[in-house]
This record gives sequence, structure tokens and C-alpha cells, in this order.
Amino acid sequence: MDSIKLHYDISATDFTRAGAASGDVKRTLKALGVSPATIRNVAVAMYEGEINMVIHGGGGVIDVEITEDAIRMVLADQGPGIENVELAMKEGYSTAPDNIRALGFGAGMGLPNIKKYTDEFQLDTALGVGTTLTLKVFMK
Amino acid sequence: MTVQAMMEQLDLRLLTGGDLSREVTGCYCGDLLSWVMGKAQEGDCWLTVMGNINAVAVAVLTDCACIVLTENAALDENAKARAEQQGVTILTTAESAYQIAVKLSAVIA
Repeated sequence: MDSIKLHYDISATDFTRAGAASGDVKRTLKALGVSPATIRNVAVAMYEGEINMVIHGGGGVIDVEITEDAIRMVLADQGPGIENVELAMKEGYSTAPDNIRALGFGAGMGLPNIKKYTDEFQLDTALGVGTTLTLKVFMK
Repeated sequence: MTVQAMMEQLDLRLLTGGDLSREVTGCYCGDLLSWVMGKAQEGDCWLTVMGNINAVAVAVLTDCACIVLTENAALDENAKARAEQQGVTILTTAESAYQIAVKLSAVIA
């Protein structure tokens, strides 16, 4: 199979559209006959990433590449960057404001979930520059 | 047990109809969306008070059998529209998550 490349622009403030990109990837993988377990891992990781970009990153871009053996996702924003990566990776730690928590987010599970559901996880962040997540989920 | 049968036995009211013939294989209670997304299993009946559009996205991504809005929690209009568009079943009840979970555990086995 040739690789399939998908690109998404994530809007900064639009919570109602968050999930559109991960939903689209989910549908694409389903149509390709990818296993439900793999689809779930990709969908959860990507949705968490999308939400992070909306809450913290001021929007950004997501690039997805589907090959025969894996799904690779690169999520890049030009937001404020993550001050303390170790804390951000800790379950239950969140810097989300109250209005975000009222929507049901801000559980402090975003990055830990992304790590949990991916086989390869790389986080590059710099204060004032932005954050890029490079993720890979192998086909199972 | 199917969503339809669960709806009848537990006296739940239908707000948006998806696939009512789907099997309910488990149950998950929670309102923090990332928490639910990390833990809920495919086929779960998800009990929550979170009736917004993001909850619908979580239901789609986790592939849960249905959402049950407990204690008459409100369903946003845009969430309703999205659920209908995506085929997500949403049910409602005046009872609490605990009450529904107890009843569900008795009939689901």
C-alpha cells in the first residue's frame, strides 16, 4: 500500500470543531480495514492532541501519514510551550483554566493518555516557540 | 443485552437514536472527558452528566454503545445535532449514575 498523507489545520478557539480531524482519521482507518484496537489508539491520541492545541497551543497543524505498518502523526503548534514537561506528563496535573474544566477537560490526562496509546512518543517544546508531538502507532 | 432492551428495562428515555441493536457489554461512569477517553471500553454504556459536543466526540472515539445522561443533565442543542449526525445514541434518566449502574449490573451479566 502506498502511504496516505492527511493534513489538518486546527483552529485556536473552536471547541465545537475539535475532534473533526481525529474523527476523519478514524473514518479513513476504518475504511482501510485497520483493526479497531489500532484505530482507537490513534483516535484517542489524536483527539487529546487536538484538544491540547485548542486549549493551550493557539491552534496548529496536524500531519498524518498512514503506511502499511504504522500511523505517524505530527502535531505542531506555535503556542507558549510547556514550562515543566515532567509535570505535564504526570496524570492529574493540569494548567487548564476553569472555563475549560467546565467543559469536561483539564483532567490532567491529555499527555499521559497520548503516551499510553502510542508506541512512539516524542515531545519537543520550547518556551515562546511552541510544542511538537511526534507520535507513532504500529498496526496491530 | 442491546441498547434497546436496556432502555426498556431501566426506563430510560431516548434523546438521539443511533444503533439501538448494539450490545451493551459494560459500563463506565465519569465526567472528565480525558479520563473517560483513557478508560472507557468499546461497548460500554457511559453514564455522565456531560451533555456537550465534546462528550459526543468522546463517545465516537471510544466507540461506546451509548451515552446515558444521568440526573436529567442537559443535552446541548449542538451536541444533539452532532450525535444525530454521527449516529450516537443518547438516553436520559432522572436517576443518578450510581442508581443506574447498580440496576445495569443486575441485568447486563
